Amino acid sequence: MTRVRAKKPALRLRLYVAGKAPNSVRAIANARAICNEHFAAQHELEVIDMLEHPERALADAIIVSPTLLKLLPLPVQRVIGNLSDTDQVLLVLGTK
Amino acid sequence: MARRSLTKILTGIRGFDEITGGGLPRGRSTLVMGGPGCGKTVFALQSIVHGAHRMKVGAVFVAFEESTAQIIANAATFGWDLPVLEKKKLFFFDARLSPDAVKGGDFDLSGMLALLWAKARAIRAECVVFDGIDVLLGLLDDPAAERREIYRIRDWLAETGLTGIITQKVGLAEADQRYNFIQFMVDCVVVLRHRVVDGSAFRNLRVMKYRGSGFSGDEFPITLTNEGLQLTNRGPAELEYAVSNERVSTGLPRLDQMLRGGYHRGSNVLISGAPGTAKSTLSGLFAAAACQRGERTLYVSFDEGAAQIVRNLGAVGIRLGPHLKSGVLKMFSTRTRGPNVEAQFGDLRAQVRAHRPSCLVVDPLSALSTKLSPLASDVAQQFLDFLKGDGITVVNTSEMDGVGTDEATVTGISTVADTWIHLSYVVQDGERNRALTIVKSRGTGHSNQVRELTLSDAGVSLTDVSVAEGKVLMGVARWEWDQEQQASKQSSKVASDLKGLQLQIAQAEAAARLQVVKTEMEARSAEIAVLADATETASRLVVSDRAVLHKMRHADAEPRVPARMGTKRRVRANAARGARSR
Repeated sequence: MTRVRAKKPALRLRLYVAGKAPNSVRAIANARAICNEHFAAQHELEVIDMLEHPERALADAIIVSPTLLKLLPLPVQRVIGNLSDTDQVLLVLGTK
Repeated sequence: MARRSLTKILTGIRGFDEITGGGLPRGRSTLVMGGPGCGKTVFALQSIVHGAHRMKVGAVFVAFEESTAQIIANAATFGWDLPVLEKKKLFFFDARLSPDAVKGGDFDLSGMLALLWAKARAIRAECVVFDGIDVLLGLLDDPAAERREIYRIRDWLAETGLTGIITQKVGLAEADQRYNFIQFMVDCVVVLRHRVVDGSAFRNLRVMKYRGSGFSGDEFPITLTNEGLQLTNRGPAELEYAVSNERVSTGLPRLDQMLRGGYHRGSNVLISGAPGTAKSTLSGLFAAAACQRGERTLYVSFDEGAAQIVRNLGAVGIRLGPHLKSGVLKMFSTRTRGPNVEAQFGDLRAQVRAHRPSCLVVDPLSALSTKLSPLASDVAQQFLDFLKGDGITVVNTSEMDGVGTDEATVTGISTVADTWIHLSYVVQDGERNRALTIVKSRGTGHSNQVRELTLSDAGVSLTDVSVAEGKVLMGVARWEWDQEQQASKQSSKVASDLKGLQLQIAQAEAAARLQVVKTEMEARSAEIAVLADATETASRLVVSDRAVLHKMRHADAEPRVPARMGTKRRVRANAARGARSR
């Protein structure tokens, strides 16, 4: 079981942003910084631009931008905002 | 950005389109604000449903507060089939943030707006609704961010050219001063209010602002009906009904006569009276007659089931059963104690729409206005206006003891009614009888006489009442009086016959006596004639006798008797002469 999982990253994130909107640009930077600092190589971060892929945002019921989805580990959780509140973000992601 | 000239988009909310001269500003933004339960969401929904239905205009509905499933279910209560419209014309976007979502910094709506624009283009939407913007503002929780996002929405609306409807909850004290800027930002502001008067809910609507357009800024009562929102007062224009001179039978020939042919088609008839004065019976007669003519009829009753009414009316010879079966007659029975006045009139309206009757009975209308308040009567009047607009002949009954009671004026039914028939009890000599009076009848000469209404197995009949010694007589008293009148007429006839006979006898007697007298007269005159004849003969004899005597005596010429000599001397002289000759 653990081995099967080990092939996949322990942390899987999806970040929805809105083009070059200031909050979105900041969110991308914040997400990368947090992942690199706390989750090193065991993470996967997918960034989706809502402006280009509205159907995907709809499917994930994204309302505000930016929104970060934590897909793994379960349960799925979401953080809204530019992720500048690192403590709140880490609370959701779980500092290992 | 240069503003295009103002065009409007109809909302389908009856009355609102009239007071704003065509609805909401097209391509601009409107704010609908009010407390909870005012009908903000219904206002927005109704506008887009109308647009989708009537004008084939698509719309996007962004729900910040309710789930789309809830909204669709609510819309279904107004008969709006959103799932069908959703396929092509409408898009519902569930914009409720999951309660689990953690706020990890500043956010904005740019992504959502992009997404909405993509959807709007796909369904060619012209309209977008942001329902419950206050919820979103609450999430932002920062005055600067709130303002920024509201302006973002405004700019987005201006760029896309979509017509925006934004609904916003405002607190009771309207303390949400920090959101006031929205009012300045939008082009049109509609304020909905909800209050409770004597336990009944009343809503009203006011247009507070409308850039570049004239509007009526009054507060208008609104009704939440089965078909959505409606303004209660729709201005003077609604008093232009088509007027008919056609008469509709009351179902009672004698009453038709009293009204010179019946009720006017499309008029409003009020039958008032105390309980048990046969109001329902008169209504039933009207309904039965209408069905007989093949006219679709709706019979609305309160607290009394259809089957019971049919049975009761059957007892006085009014048969509704066959018409119910044939579908010409529809009976709708409901409870007086319904949710509220608005809802009940809404139900009635829906019934009327569904059955499309040309004759309607509401028995009793007063059941609806038990919660007496000026607003309740507004709703009642609006309903009657609605019926009148459709040319439906309406017979309402109303429970009241007298013509002059307050009830009649408070409900205002009496002023709306074109014909008012009042039924009352007259208690006399230990019995109750029903009296019928026509209080008024617009545009009709009508009888001013009180009539007695009698019910029997054979049916209903109206009878002239008798007036004796300054009293109106009814029932047994009238019957007795009539009998007495007949009897005394009879006896006086006999008496006069007798008198005639007596007079004839007297006359005959007189004639006989006259004959006797006449005969006697004749006899007497004959006697008189005989007598006169005899006398003349006698006197002639005397003269001739003397001549004969003279001749016989050869006497000398008669000695000259002095003229002075009386008869006696002459007789003595003659006697002397006789004696001498002897």
